[in-house]
Amino acid sequence: MILNVFTDIHNLLLGLMSAKVAHITELVLIGVAYLGIFAVLGLFLVWLERRVAGFFQLRLGPNRVGPSGLFQTIADALKLVTKELTGTVKADKQLYKIAPYFVITTALMTMALIPFSHEIQAFDINIGIFFLISVSSIGVLGIFLAGWSSNNKYSLIGGMRTGIQMISYELSVGMAVVTMVVLAGTLQISEIVELQKGGWFIFTGHIPAIIAFMIFMIAGTAESNRVPFDLVEAESELGAGFHTEYSGMRFAYYFLAEFVNMFIIASIAVVLFFGGWLSPFGITDAIPFAGLFWFSVKVIAVIFIFMWFRWTFPRLRIDQLLTLEWKYLLPINMVNIVLMALLVWLGLTF
Amino acid sequence: MSYFSDIINGTKSLLTGMRITGKYFFVNFLTRRDVITEQYPDNLETLKMFDRYRGEVTMYHNENNEHRCDACTLCEKACPNGSIEIVSDKKLNPETQRNVRYIVKHIYHLEMCTMCGLCIEACPQDAIQWGQNFHHVQYDRGKLTKVLNKPGSTIMSKTKEKK
Repeated sequence: MILNVFTDIHNLLLGLMSAKVAHITELVLIGVAYLGIFAVLGLFLVWLERRVAGFFQLRLGPNRVGPSGLFQTIADALKLVTKELTGTVKADKQLYKIAPYFVITTALMTMALIPFSHEIQAFDINIGIFFLISVSSIGVLGIFLAGWSSNNKYSLIGGMRTGIQMISYELSVGMAVVTMVVLAGTLQISEIVELQKGGWFIFTGHIPAIIAFMIFMIAGTAESNRVPFDLVEAESELGAGFHTEYSGMRFAYYFLAEFVNMFIIASIAVVLFFGGWLSPFGITDAIPFAGLFWFSVKVIAVIFIFMWFRWTFPRLRIDQLLTLEWKYLLPINMVNIVLMALLVWLGLTF
Repeated sequence: MSYFSDIINGTKSLLTGMRITGKYFFVNFLTRRDVITEQYPDNLETLKMFDRYRGEVTMYHNENNEHRCDACTLCEKACPNGSIEIVSDKKLNPETQRNVRYIVKHIYHLEMCTMCGLCIEACPQDAIQWGQNFHHVQYDRGKLTKVLNKPGSTIMSKTKEKK
């Protein structure tokens, strides 16, 4: 049904203009749509975070603006839009201005690959997972540039920590993903989801899949710079870390991108381990839009686990961070890949 | 072999932490049982402050509209920022034939008060004490200046009733 809507728009555009122009118009339309999703998603997740944090801390969280405080973050965003964009005198002006867009663009590019449902996926290439991992590592550049160009020692320390943290944990995320790719045998995201019709990978992959999931969750938290791996921001040590000198909308870009990155990490987890848009046991396969519903439910559940981490664990020290990655996660991951390869080779998966 | 036991113990302790916070979350998400947030203007009727809360300085009056203040002005002197002004006068006591000081007005500037409590500590008669009223919102600053002794009130007889 939703596919019909897309075909209708496609035919309408073809009737109005030549095929090439229609193609470009469609790309622009999709881009605008994803920008909208980006903003709405970011604001929704900020609201969700604050609300969940409230319940964890025996509070209520925002509950005044709109039903259950849903419009609180919209009001906050409007406030940030109206604020002045300040900067330091000695900042590297061009890099300082361009840095937030690296983060935003990366988040948007990765979002194009996320399969919201069977029909809704903007960009489904055969090396999907590979593309996703490689593009998402560009985001570090934005944070690093922000820390460097601000010409502020706290920002600089924050930026440097980003470098250390991202390079380390990129490895674990990648290897956890590779473990699942070994099981799936393909890199294309839509195909990976289709393969899970018989059973989600977290069940068919036995113990290696569960270990991979745990490693992915830990490294994913580090990738999205969330507590307990938020050394990049570390309010108690660095002020606000890399975005100390940012204000107004530029700050909001970082803020939204952080939450959208969390959504992306959660989506990858859902695609790789929990069957993407598939319903449990195929109970609602016939209903249109059901895929979107199941995908959202699963992603929000995974995001809730991230929030659960955030309100439970204290922040790691930098040496603990590196010990965890290089001495524990990485060796376990390597053994895990071999184990998974053995399972697949012997045909022991379900 | 501490490497593997470290991993297992670490995971275990992390899960213990998550169990505790998770319990808090789900109990409050489903029942709001332990939520400590006071939704202030909405629950004004039911909101009660605890006994030791420093809301404002009040003067104790008994049922005969009598207070204990004998206008010694120790509270006025104790106040670090001049929130208390005492207007007093003398009148003849018919029994003893001596002039006795009494308060005309015990003026209390709530808008300047820092709730330090020095006046209450200074009072030898325990005439003034803490009130638990916290809802002092006014549109006019002048309305925060209060006269603590009620109109027509008199001092209690010196047979000092212990508090």
